[in-house]
Amino acid sequence: MSAIDQLFIKLRNENRKALMPFVTAGDPDLDFTAAVIKELVARGASMCEVGIPYSDPIADGPVIQASYTRALDQGIKLAAILETLGKVTPQISAPLVTMVSYAIIYRHGLEKYADQLNQRGIAGMIVPDLPVEESPSLAKVCKARDLSLIQLVTPTTPKDRALKITETSSGFLYYVSVAGITGERTELPPELLERVGWLREQTPLPVCIGFGISQPEHVKRLAPVADGLIVGSAIVRRMANVAKSDRASTLQEVGDYVATLLEALE
Amino acid sequence: MPTAPHADSCSANVPDAAGRFGKFGGRFVPETLVHALDLLAAEYDAARQDASFQAELDELLKNYVGRASPLYFAKRLTEHCGGAEIWLKREDLNHTGAHKINNTIGQALLTLRMGKKRVIAETGAGQHGVATATACAHFGLDCVVYMGEEDIRRQAPNVFSMKLLGAEVRPVTSGSRTLRDAINEAMRDWMSSVESTHYILGSVVGPHPFPRIVRDFQSVIGRETIQQCRERFQCLPEVVVACVGGGSNAAGMFYPFVEHSDVALVGVEAGGRGNQPGDHASPLTYGSPGVLHGSFSYVMQDEDGQTCDVHSMSAGLDYPGVGPEHSYWKETGRVDYTSCTDKDAMNAFDALARLEGILPALESSHAIAKAMEIASQRSSSDRVAVCLSGRGDKDAAEIARLKNDITT
Repeated sequence: MSAIDQLFIKLRNENRKALMPFVTAGDPDLDFTAAVIKELVARGASMCEVGIPYSDPIADGPVIQASYTRALDQGIKLAAILETLGKVTPQISAPLVTMVSYAIIYRHGLEKYADQLNQRGIAGMIVPDLPVEESPSLAKVCKARDLSLIQLVTPTTPKDRALKITETSSGFLYYVSVAGITGERTELPPELLERVGWLREQTPLPVCIGFGISQPEHVKRLAPVADGLIVGSAIVRRMANVAKSDRASTLQEVGDYVATLLEALE
Repeated sequence: MPTAPHADSCSANVPDAAGRFGKFGGRFVPETLVHALDLLAAEYDAARQDASFQAELDELLKNYVGRASPLYFAKRLTEHCGGAEIWLKREDLNHTGAHKINNTIGQALLTLRMGKKRVIAETGAGQHGVATATACAHFGLDCVVYMGEEDIRRQAPNVFSMKLLGAEVRPVTSGSRTLRDAINEAMRDWMSSVESTHYILGSVVGPHPFPRIVRDFQSVIGRETIQQCRERFQCLPEVVVACVGGGSNAAGMFYPFVEHSDVALVGVEAGGRGNQPGDHASPLTYGSPGVLHGSFSYVMQDEDGQTCDVHSMSAGLDYPGVGPEHSYWKETGRVDYTSCTDKDAMNAFDALARLEGILPALESSHAIAKAMEIASQRSSSDRVAVCLSGRGDKDAAEIARLKNDITT
C-alpha cells in the first residue's frame, strides 16, 4: 500500500477531501520549491504534486510551460530535484508525487527512476504522456515498489476505455476537467459533475479533478463529487511573482491563496 | 500513370496495430488525444479499403498536383561528377513546389471523411504549411498553421503564400522558435480542439497512426520512381538517396524500395556546422532512442531526456527527432544514414543550379550533395536516384544572406 492509498483511506474515513497543489521544481530554484512545499503542507494541503521541468510539455499551457523554461534555463537537473525532495519528505506529513514526462523516465531507466523515488520517500508519479496502452512496463515497476502510478481520464475518454484505465491506475484517478491544456479557467464544463459521478461509481479508486481549477467557487462546486482537487497554474503563476517580489511575501501570498481554497473545501 | 494500391504495396509489415516499427513508434501522448488518434486510425483503415477514396485521391494527384512527377536524367551533373548516372525524382515540380502536397491532399480527404471543418498544421520550411493551406483552400476548410518565429524569418515567401491562400499563420515564440516548437503548439491547439479539428502532421513523426499515414501518402514517390526506372532503363537504380529531417520524403521514396534488397538506400541528415551537439540536426547519426512528440525514436537529448537544440541552415531539416520507421530501418540496417554539412549542401545547390538549371530546396540540396559524392565513387554503369524533394525559390533570400555571411 502506497502513502497515497493510506492518505485516501484516512480521508474517506474522516469524510474529508484532498487538496493537492502543483508546484514546478526549480522555479526559480530548488530552495524556493522546498520552502513552498513545506508552506503548503503546513497550511493543510493533503498531497503535493511536483512538476519535473521538461523541454517539450505538450499537455501544458503557457503558465506551466514558462515555469519549466525558467527552471531549465537555470540548468536544473533531475538528480538535484530528487535530492531536494528527499530532504523535504521527512519534514512533511503529506505525500509527494512527481508529474513527469515519459521522455525523462525512459532516459533514466524505469527501474532506476522508481528506485530513486522510493529512496527519497516520494509516493508515486503522474506521467501525462503515457497512455494506458504504453504503461504496462512502468506499472509493473511501480507495483513492485509500492509506488502509485496515477493515470488520467479526460472528457474525450470513452466509457469503456475509462473502465480499462481504472483497472490499471493506482493511488487515485486523475480526472481532467476539460479537453485541453493546463491553465486557469473561469468556467468549467457543466457535464463535469455527472462524468466524475459516473466514474466514481465504477471504481473503488479515489477520483481527483484537475486542470482549470483556480477559484474557491470551483472548489465548493466540485469537492462534493470528488475525492480531491488539484490546483496547478494558479499556484505556479503566483510563485512566478518571486522574480519581482521577495521570497517571504511570495510564500505568504501562495500560502494565503491555498488557504482560501482549503476554506472552500471544508 | 496507372494506379497502384496506396498502402501495403510492398511486403514490409510495419507498423503493427499499436503503431510499432520494431521497438520504435507507439503513442506517447496525453490521454485527451488518444480517442481522436483511434478514430483517425479507424478512418484511415476504412479509407484504404474504399475504392472511391483512392480514386478521388488519384484524380487529385494527377490533375491538381500534376503527378506523376518526372524522373529526370541529370546529364551535366553526372558528367561533372564523373561516375554513376544521377537521376532526379522531380518532386519540386509538384503543385506548391515540394513533395508535401502528396500528404496534405490525402489527409484533407480524411478530414472531410471525418466530418471535421478545421485543420491545423505545423511547418518548418513552410512547404508543409503552404501545401496544407493549399489543400484547405481547395476543399474549403479553415486552416491555422503554427510556425516558429525563426522559420518565419528565414522562409518569408512561404509565409506570405500561406496568407494569400487564406490560412492564418500563428508565430511560435517558445523554445528554439523552430519546427519542434511549432509541433508542440499545434499539439496544444489540438488538445483543446480535437472534436472539431484535424491535425495534418507534415512528416512521418508523431504518435501512431501519423507515421504510417504520412508514409503511405508519400509512397507515391517511390512507386512512381520504380515504374519510371523500369520504363527508362529496364531495371532499378543501384542507390537511392533522400534527405531526412522528420523524414517524409525519404520514407515515401524508400518504402517501396525496402523489399528490393539489392537497392542501397541512403538517408542524409543535416550535418550543420559540425559534429558537436547543437551544431547539427542528425539524431540518427549522433542521437539516441527516446521519446519526442508522441513517438519513440532517435532523438537529440541530454542525459536527463530533455530535447537538445539543433542546427541546420535548412528550416525543414532543423529538427531534433526523426520518424520511427527511420529508426527501425537504421536498426535493421536496411537504410544507411549519413549526414551532410551546410557547406556541402550549399555547394550542391550551386552545382545543380549552374549545371542543370534547377534551384533545389536547401533541404533537398543535402541529398544532392550526398548523391554527387556517391556517384563520383561508382562506375558509369551504375545509377543513383535522388529525391529532389522541393524547389529552392523559397530559400533565395536566406541563401543570399548565408552567402554574404560566408564572404564577409
